[in-house]
Amino acid sequence: MSFDLAVIGAGPAGMAAAVEARALGLAVLVVDEQPAPGGQVFRSVEAAHGDAVLGAEYSAGLGLVESFRRSGATYRPGTTLWHLDPDSGEMSLTPGGPAVARRVLLATGAQERPVPILGWTLPGVMGMGAAQIMLKTAGAVPSGQVVLAGQGPLLWLLAAQLKRAGAAPALILETTPKGRLAAAFRAGGWFSGRGLLLKGLGLLRETRGLPVVRAVTGLRAEGEGRVQRVVWDGGSADCDTLLLHEGVVPATHIPLALGLEHAWDVRQQCWRPVVDVHGASSHDRVAVAGDGAGIGGWQAAVASGQLAALDAAHRLGRLTAEGLAQRAAPVRRMQAEALALRPFLDALYAPSAAVLAPPDDQVLVCRCEEVTAGQVRAAARLGAQGPNQAKTFLRSGMGACQGRMCGATVARIIAESRGVTPETVAPLRPRAPYKPLTVAQLAGL
Amino acid sequence: MYATRPEARPATVEVFVDGVAVRVPAGASAAAAVLLAGSAAIRETAVTGAPRLPYCMMGVCFDCLAEVDGAANVQACMVPVVAGMRISRQAGARDALMPEAGR
Repeated sequence: MSFDLAVIGAGPAGMAAAVEARALGLAVLVVDEQPAPGGQVFRSVEAAHGDAVLGAEYSAGLGLVESFRRSGATYRPGTTLWHLDPDSGEMSLTPGGPAVARRVLLATGAQERPVPILGWTLPGVMGMGAAQIMLKTAGAVPSGQVVLAGQGPLLWLLAAQLKRAGAAPALILETTPKGRLAAAFRAGGWFSGRGLLLKGLGLLRETRGLPVVRAVTGLRAEGEGRVQRVVWDGGSADCDTLLLHEGVVPATHIPLALGLEHAWDVRQQCWRPVVDVHGASSHDRVAVAGDGAGIGGWQAAVASGQLAALDAAHRLGRLTAEGLAQRAAPVRRMQAEALALRPFLDALYAPSAAVLAPPDDQVLVCRCEEVTAGQVRAAARLGAQGPNQAKTFLRSGMGACQGRMCGATVARIIAESRGVTPETVAPLRPRAPYKPLTVAQLAGL
Repeated sequence: MYATRPEARPATVEVFVDGVAVRVPAGASAAAAVLLAGSAAIRETAVTGAPRLPYCMMGVCFDCLAEVDGAANVQACMVPVVAGMRISRQAGARDALMPEAGR
């Protein structure tokens, strides 16, 4: 099957791109791993929009999903892209046959930033995003003593949602250090981003009365066979479910595998693909939109998806340069508005050094191959220059997740050990297949 | 430990988690079914045999690798439940040696 534009990911950026590109007459393919459109932010919104616990902003995603469903794009849900040849535009997809596209838009979104602490592999310890997915896909809430630990807008959103569902967390351990609010106001953006800021204040008001310990350090999970206690410097509490969160980072797995140019994002402490104002990457067939190109939230993702679609139409001769400039202008204003609060949020919720590189040598950093921070430090002393070398020393990044969970932490630990800045250590280079395949899937080619 | 909210999403699909029947809402993943069943683990790691349950639920961490309808190494969080689905704990690394080779 041949298309003008292939969009990888049916979240806000991917859906908005597909709708815009279809309106301009392009033949569009949308590939998504999930069974229904929405991405993580609007996950299962067609089934769950009536659940008041999730809030009005979530339900608003239904409109976007409905326009996507009506757009006439060829939609392949439950489908994984495991290889893309950017030079030819050929895509290997499973299940089902391959496809080819003149332009490819990666809209693969974000993942939660790993929070490597002692005990984070114990059953019962999860990401806050994971708990939210339980709420969205199954209407389910964690039971027993639930502790939320970490920081970021999602912490307060989840706390409010759980409270509405009658399953309020027993304790919130916020890791934001003292003095950050002043730093955030100095970073700016709070006035032009005051709409989002007010929404955040609303969540704080709604969760008032829940027990909160602030400026928490030294977080760890303990228990026999499962989490039973959460411990921090100066305190501990019983715990059946520990939900961690230190913000989200771009899912760079496919862009890095393609060898796209990346830049170190100092504010968000992560790598992101280098893109122009329309999302065009360093490869002339490939664009990146949404949180995958830098964390900005769903409204900014919608705008960047539209811009990438307009650019695709222009490159394929369906839209003049003037037409592109004219249509892009209001979208870029919308994007700037959606991004206004980012400097404030990034300064307020900057991850601590201990989250980025756990100081305790016993902490497992590679969950798949069970490699500790101490082993990574030893490899660095033996000459491992970065995560790609550490992989051959230790197998870190060679397990099933292909380094999605450990790559950034291993790189950071090695940077610290070598006494160099994070951007001097090359990120882990993933390889195709982008997700593990069975022999049967390969044989089915 | 997770609990459904029947008022929001009734548990209508029956699946089997380690052989035990459990009803979960349509749209839930196999990994969600394991959490709702209250299982102690969805897999034991290949390196040390440590128990794990799903961590990310969005296809990133691969800690939910399980046997689904007899197929090993399935990302259980990426598979929506269907009636009668059998989800089983995946124990350690697979034995690479052929039993008939006698070693």
